[in-house]
Amino acid sequence: MADIKPRISVEYASKAVIISFTDEKILEDKDIIALQESIMSVIEQSEKINLILDFGNVKFLSSAVLGLLIRISKRIYEIEGHLRLCNINPKIYEIFKITRLTKTFDIYKDIESATEELP
Amino acid sequence: MFIMTSEIPTNYSMIVESKPSEVVRVCDEVAAKLKENGFGKDDLFAVHLTLEEAFLNAVKHGNKCDPAKKVIVEYSISREKLEITITDQGPGFKPDNVEDPRFGEALFKPGGRGLLLMNSYMDMVKYNEQGNSVYMVRYKEKPLQHRESLDLTKDKD
Repeated sequence: MADIKPRISVEYASKAVIISFTDEKILEDKDIIALQESIMSVIEQSEKINLILDFGNVKFLSSAVLGLLIRISKRIYEIEGHLRLCNINPKIYEIFKITRLTKTFDIYKDIESATEELP
Repeated sequence: MFIMTSEIPTNYSMIVESKPSEVVRVCDEVAAKLKENGFGKDDLFAVHLTLEEAFLNAVKHGNKCDPAKKVIVEYSISREKLEITITDQGPGFKPDNVEDPRFGEALFKPGGRGLLLMNSYMDMVKYNEQGNSVYMVRYKEKPLQHRESLDLTKDKD
């Protein structure tokens, strides 16, 4: 059986759904489409989701992933949910800064701080 | 007379199929040569990111994934710098006409960040007149003690 990539793990915590990327690199188009489908299906299962995306394992991403994050954030905005990103390593954080997406996304140090003050 | 080969820039070229998955082969080959020439992790990250963006632009926007068209990757590596040219067989584009993704409505659009990242991570990015070939240069990063004031890893919000 073919290995399905990229892999994510989904944890349903009391105040939020935490999705962790388990691959170090998220690159190929088909992976990004698969990732979008997986995450969107989690979002559609809730009426008003608090979603935390955990980047702890991610060591590399390209602009295509930034596009994916924008699409996810738009969907969450439409359903009046909340999206928070966390555990972003310094090199990846630099990409967010260069693209000024630090102005668009709520970025937290870790899952604990990302969970604080969620409705 | 003995001359260290690593002091002389070595030229390489690859003719690559217009498939997004081919980017892995291109990145692996260039990364191996960079390592041989003593480039560090920051350089490898920067070049990897740039190649992802530039190669996929060539395949998708340039050649429109047409299997009859190729992408030509030519590069030269010395101890000091990487020079790389990526050429597609598409009609070309005008980079100046690409919207800055950092401002206004563009900040919320899913695409359009590839060029910005290429410009940010390379020391020089230059398109030919037709706009189907990009020439880029990356100088080897200086050791950490010489660039502490620029170290972004310290800049945590």
